[in-house]
Amino acid sequence: MEKHRSNLMICAGTGCIATGTHQVRDALEAEIKKHKLTDEVKVVLTGCNGFCAEGPVMMVFPEDIFYQKITVEEVPKLVEEHFLKGRPYEKLMFKEPLKKSVIPIMHDIPFFKYQVLRVLRNKGLIDPESLDEYIARDGYQAAAKALTEMTPEQIIKTVKDAGLRGRGGAGFPSGLKWEFASKTEADKKFMLCNGDEGDPGAFMDRAVMEADPHSVIEGMIIGAKAIGSNHGVIYVRAEYPLAVERLQMAIDKCMEIGLLGKNIFDSGFDFELEIYLGAGAFVCGEETALMRSIEGKRGMPRPRPPFPAHKGLWDKPSVLNNVETLAQVAPIILNGSEWYRSVGTEQSAGTKVFALTGDIKNVGLVEVPMGTPLKTIIYDIGGGMTNKKKKFKAVQMGGPSGGCIPEAMLDVPVTYEDIIKTGAIMGSGGMVVMDEDTCMVSTSKFFLEFTAEESCGKCTPCRVGTQVMLDLLTDITEGRGKEGDIETLEDLSHDIIATSLCGLGQTAPNPVLSTIRYFRQEYESHINNHYCQSGICGDLCSFEITDACKGCQACVRACPKDAIVGEKKQLHRIMQDLCIQCRSCYNACKFQAVDIKPALKKDKQAPAVKDEEVTQ
Amino acid sequence: MAKLTIADLKKIKDKQKATFTLREGGYKAKVTVHMGTCGIAAGAREIMTTLMDIISESEEKVVIATTSGCAGLCAREPMATVEVMGSAPVKYGDLTPDKMKDIYKEHVQEGNPVEKYAIVIGNESTY
Repeated sequence: MEKHRSNLMICAGTGCIATGTHQVRDALEAEIKKHKLTDEVKVVLTGCNGFCAEGPVMMVFPEDIFYQKITVEEVPKLVEEHFLKGRPYEKLMFKEPLKKSVIPIMHDIPFFKYQVLRVLRNKGLIDPESLDEYIARDGYQAAAKALTEMTPEQIIKTVKDAGLRGRGGAGFPSGLKWEFASKTEADKKFMLCNGDEGDPGAFMDRAVMEADPHSVIEGMIIGAKAIGSNHGVIYVRAEYPLAVERLQMAIDKCMEIGLLGKNIFDSGFDFELEIYLGAGAFVCGEETALMRSIEGKRGMPRPRPPFPAHKGLWDKPSVLNNVETLAQVAPIILNGSEWYRSVGTEQSAGTKVFALTGDIKNVGLVEVPMGTPLKTIIYDIGGGMTNKKKKFKAVQMGGPSGGCIPEAMLDVPVTYEDIIKTGAIMGSGGMVVMDEDTCMVSTSKFFLEFTAEESCGKCTPCRVGTQVMLDLLTDITEGRGKEGDIETLEDLSHDIIATSLCGLGQTAPNPVLSTIRYFRQEYESHINNHYCQSGICGDLCSFEITDACKGCQACVRACPKDAIVGEKKQLHRIMQDLCIQCRSCYNACKFQAVDIKPALKKDKQAPAVKDEEVTQ
Repeated sequence: MAKLTIADLKKIKDKQKATFTLREGGYKAKVTVHMGTCGIAAGAREIMTTLMDIISESEEKVVIATTSGCAGLCAREPMATVEVMGSAPVKYGDLTPDKMKDIYKEHVQEGNPVEKYAIVIGNESTY
């Protein structure tokens, strides 16, 4: 029997596979078989659903019921209740934190309700390994239209009118990029896709490549026609094995049935596509470095001009578009530029995908119209802080090239222009939410560590400058900060920005600059008072138990040094000479009875002595 | 495999239509078979099998079948609710495979509720 009464779409993105998708799928299929429902209920693996925090997740059609955190043990009950008896199984449904009521219908869950899906239009609806299912969702119709009915100029005009801008972060108008390459005469041109997603905390492109590989391929076919290229390369980092596997599978399938290769749709247009595996260097996300890397050379940027649209890969005109940009092309061609502009703002049209991570409840992948206030993303979609008792402190956008946005600015709408005013950047879409327990100096140090390590070394200001800044930040977090360090950091930042060749160096100081801008007081407290108020920098804080202590012993059990004494239901006390400022007691306490105080004076010389005590 | 043409795109899309009606919504009619313990004991499984067979044999791509719990009127099981888009749902009781076939033909396809098998007409949403 071909038709099923119910489709169970289990998420098989990397996140959910890690939490047990395959085991759950096997268990589901076994139970369904046991109840002889195989002909009625079909189990389908899909790409990332976006609600990664609650994995493995499953969507049940046609009822639109959303199950989360499914375990193999729960499967028999779930199948019996829902698929045999038709009673949706409440235990595994989504619970809204505030109300404790069960919300079964997917489109009622705030996480999904505020989203507008364009890039992720097929998320959870198709099997990423099935070309037929992609076609069922209007797949390759845009390619057919572009190849058989449109001239390159018409394609470029449509994309330009739509206002599509590069989703890799810089926001360069994609249609304009295509136009430059299209106007350059050459015997060979290259259409390239940038899948070298490297920002810490960002996984948008991975999800698109895994969940909907054909949407990227279709975008590339259309782009290739626009610029007059017959060769394409998708540059993906080797750390994304599932994305590589699904892309390759999709390319093979397309070659087999003639969606790639010679004379596609009998239009006379040829296009070949291959995958190039990157070795995971951050700088290879920069376009000129990426092209050198494909040529087999060391991935380092080179000065522009000449721009890649004139001299790119193998010195031929080339266009490099980000995964998310390409995934938007097909719907624009099919529905027109007016449709695309129906959401978003004048300058920033359409939608943007964000990877929500950090101290936020609903970690996952979200797509919202441009212009949505940050507040909506963090509180309505993201569900607020993981720990409800903690206050929001800042959201980091744009990864190592971006900056932190404080609470006072949460009304800012997400558009290229508005975000850049805050000192952060739109970036590729990483959004790391931090609560009040975050030390902003340590945060900027974390990003500087990353860029100092990933600097390719070509330009001295970036290679040496980031290292000097990192040393200064390390000194500040370890209590060796001096008067004037903040100003030195600012000066260095401006010099590095002004004198680096590529985007890596030009943006590397942003995390430092933006944290100084909004949290200068924290830097000053670290330097002048040797006090880290969030208790992250161990050398600059001490812990003390207050009268709020109920004597529950939670901290006693958590302490790795047995430094806390106190009987049950009696006030506990930390023995300061044994304490290593690991913060375990602070995290363990349910009554917020552990206070973070400035470092104790004697501690400054103590570390050596403490280590000896440990070894004895 | 032969080379894909633009006409093939449409054929593939049509072939997948039933599946995607189920996933995307936009169906013309929904038939809910009530499968509480009482329903199953009274033979709801058989009704469901019959229904699934009719749907897959017919050319109809926009009718979906689904299950639900006990409808509350256990004495009249097996029961089913037929909802044709834009008109009130109708509950049928004391079903047999033959009655199901009649209902499908008369109500789902033609849009005329089968009065002799109907218990109640009106809005009691299934979820």
